[in-house]
Amino acid sequence: MENNNRKKEQILRMSGAAVQKCMRCGKCSATCPSYDEMEYHPHEFVYMVERGDVEKLLKSESVYKCLTCFACVERCPRGVEPAKVIEAVRLEAIREQGKNHMKPDQIPELLDEDIPGQLLMMALRKYAK
Amino acid sequence: MKIAYYPGCTLKNKAKDLDRYAIEAAAALGYELEEIENWQCCGGAYTSAKDEIATKLPAVRALANGRDNGGRVLTVCSACYNVLKQTNHEFTVNPDFDLRVNNYMKPDTEYHGEADVLHYLELLRDEIGFNNLAKKVVKPLKGKKIAAYYGCLLLRPSDVLAFDSPENPEIMENFIRALGAEPVIYPMRNECCGGYITLEDRNQAKKRSSAVVESAKDMGADFMITACPLCLYNLTKNANDPIPVRYFTEVLAEALGLIEE
Repeated sequence: MENNNRKKEQILRMSGAAVQKCMRCGKCSATCPSYDEMEYHPHEFVYMVERGDVEKLLKSESVYKCLTCFACVERCPRGVEPAKVIEAVRLEAIREQGKNHMKPDQIPELLDEDIPGQLLMMALRKYAK
Repeated sequence: MKIAYYPGCTLKNKAKDLDRYAIEAAAALGYELEEIENWQCCGGAYTSAKDEIATKLPAVRALANGRDNGGRVLTVCSACYNVLKQTNHEFTVNPDFDLRVNNYMKPDTEYHGEADVLHYLELLRDEIGFNNLAKKVVKPLKGKKIAAYYGCLLLRPSDVLAFDSPENPEIMENFIRALGAEPVIYPMRNECCGGYITLEDRNQAKKRSSAVVESAKDMGADFMITACPLCLYNLTKNANDPIPVRYFTEVLAEALGLIEE
């Protein structure tokens, strides 16, 4: 449990987000383009991190479904910044030794001739440390 | 006038048209884009975590170079713009970031966020002016219905980027009007194309891109324009029934008579 609390505090510090300001309106999840792909949705990330219930989030594929499009950040009426919470959870997950979500040697088979370099850079920023 | 220019990785490879036409059109409008020396890739995505330093250093180096060469950095790519501007903003709100970056880099002159980051469209709007741009158009795109695609990176987070209204932007529509064409306003113009998810989950990207393109087609668009190479890739490759997507700089160069037929 103590380790769990440390992870919660680390996630809050990294994100800089004010999860305690959330009033549970659900607008973040309502506007999320990845809603259908997620097991845990943006409002649940905010609520569960606030409660310290982070282990389930760290293990969930949902952290890799967020597009960081910032629609939730822009439209939150309370300035909670859910995308930054999700980003912090993802980093907490992949910063652990051996936990990169994507490795460079997986990339060649995913390529086609038009893929912009920008896409590879972004993906490695999101999936690997 | 000379202005420090940050092209970014993709404009030197898959998006050469975005780069070339930006430079040629700027020259026709009285601006020389001077490429920053030894620039490094911005990383494509800004990491919002407060304790991330190393991934932001390439952007800091470009910003410092811009400060020393006229005070500004001009970009064309939406992702570069987003990364450079968010990195620059971090200096003003996160003293720990400022201290650690300067400790690590030990630059001759410390960097504290002094440069201004400018998108090419902002140069057109705020400095050249769309009215003046309209006067330079020699081949107006008459009768064309063009859907501007903003996506995410140009608009959000709006309190940092301050590019345009995040929900009801008009800069690209006014750009389209200046070129003599008719802008198409459609609901999905500021919703995500799927971004980097296309590498891992092509189906999810297809859903996002198809929704954007269908929305533009429903409102009668002939083609779409964008500033982002990844948006262009997603919209053309992943939409179920795509329409042409072009870089805004190519359309600009065409209207200025810089593209031979």
